[in-house]
Amino acid sequence: MELKVTNLSCNRGGRAVLGGLSFSLAAGQVMLLRGPNGVGKSTLLRALAGLVPCTGQIALDARQLGAEDWADQIAYAGHLDAIKPQLSLAENLEFWAGAYGGNAQKALVAFDLMPLANRLAGACSAGQKRRLGLARLALSARTLWLLDEPSTALDSAATALLAAQIIAHSQAGGMALIATHTDLPLAADTLTLSAPTQPEDDPFLDGAFS
Amino acid sequence: MRALLRRDLRLALRTGGGAGLGLAFFLIVVMLIPFGIGPDTALLARVAPGVLWVAALLACLLSLDRLFQADAEDGSLDILALSPLPLEGVVLIKALAHWLTTGLPLVLAAPVLAIALNLPESGYLWLIASLAAGTPALSALGAFAASLTVGLRRGGLLLSLLVLPLYIPTLIFGARCASLAANGNDALPAFLILAGLSLGTLAVTPFAAAAALRSQLR
Repeated sequence: MELKVTNLSCNRGGRAVLGGLSFSLAAGQVMLLRGPNGVGKSTLLRALAGLVPCTGQIALDARQLGAEDWADQIAYAGHLDAIKPQLSLAENLEFWAGAYGGNAQKALVAFDLMPLANRLAGACSAGQKRRLGLARLALSARTLWLLDEPSTALDSAATALLAAQIIAHSQAGGMALIATHTDLPLAADTLTLSAPTQPEDDPFLDGAFS
Repeated sequence: MRALLRRDLRLALRTGGGAGLGLAFFLIVVMLIPFGIGPDTALLARVAPGVLWVAALLACLLSLDRLFQADAEDGSLDILALSPLPLEGVVLIKALAHWLTTGLPLVLAAPVLAIALNLPESGYLWLIASLAAGTPALSALGAFAASLTVGLRRGGLLLSLLVLPLYIPTLIFGARCASLAANGNDALPAFLILAGLSLGTLAVTPFAAAAALRSQLR
């Protein structure tokens, strides 16, 4: 499996956030996304998940972004943990296991959540909720992990658990693209984003400033 | 699919302002009518089907605005959209959960309240039948309107404005069915039209709502 991104551009609210971005990710490769706030790291991850419209050629082997089965290869964990505070941690994860397939028990163990399994998610700390949100990744085998600031609110032990999961994922041939500002304890390549320099192609502005 | 239904039912039962609220609202609105109109039993009997139906519409509205908004706010909607479940199926299951927790209790409570409004005996069966056939359409239309307003911060009021006009055909034939039966006439034609409207609504709204949700996710 290989992810190839060629000339990806993305507009948000009439402003070019990403322009002409190209990179590739080989099987087993982990890449950290770096760059200042607002440069488009989250937008890139959402675009690759298919949640934000973008232009360019994005392909996972022969599978193009926007294809019917694109989402089957994606595991996305955004800023929000997708957790219901009225349900216990085990109930939350069992629901996602029902939707995605996989074993909720194993995912709880992977992120050391078994001691809290029967506690209501609303009574958990931010770091515990984040661990529950990340435990969803361990449910089903998806090739491409898109993680948006996954280590926010995690303590060092939980960050190590997360890193171990990512390493195990990459050793199994999976890929991960991780937007982060902190250093994760794992070997990874880095892709630094900078604001697009090319002018926005607005036909009404053509030649207006030259 | 079953996991989603189980989760939504569990959430509705555990959340304050969930399942019980619509039923309590229905009870109170219907019980206010005799106080407002006075103890004229003949008049009450005449308005009973319409009052019960209008109260059921309003009670259905109460929990609709959170149908997708709660999932959109905590990120669940993004994850659901990426899951193997088709978004149309998600809409249908959520509408079903809404009906089971809001519509079905109304159907069961309506005959009890009809006594307070002095509905003639012949109308009870058709009142229950018309509500049972019509309330699923209310949930499905509501799911469509909820998907349109999911991105708005206070979409509840706009949702009411959007959805109440859509409820008019269901209301006309539902109330007509019950009142025809109460007057001793044949209610079957009105019931069949109502059932047809319901089935048509159930067939179309999941696709419309899923399309609206997809555009809202962007």
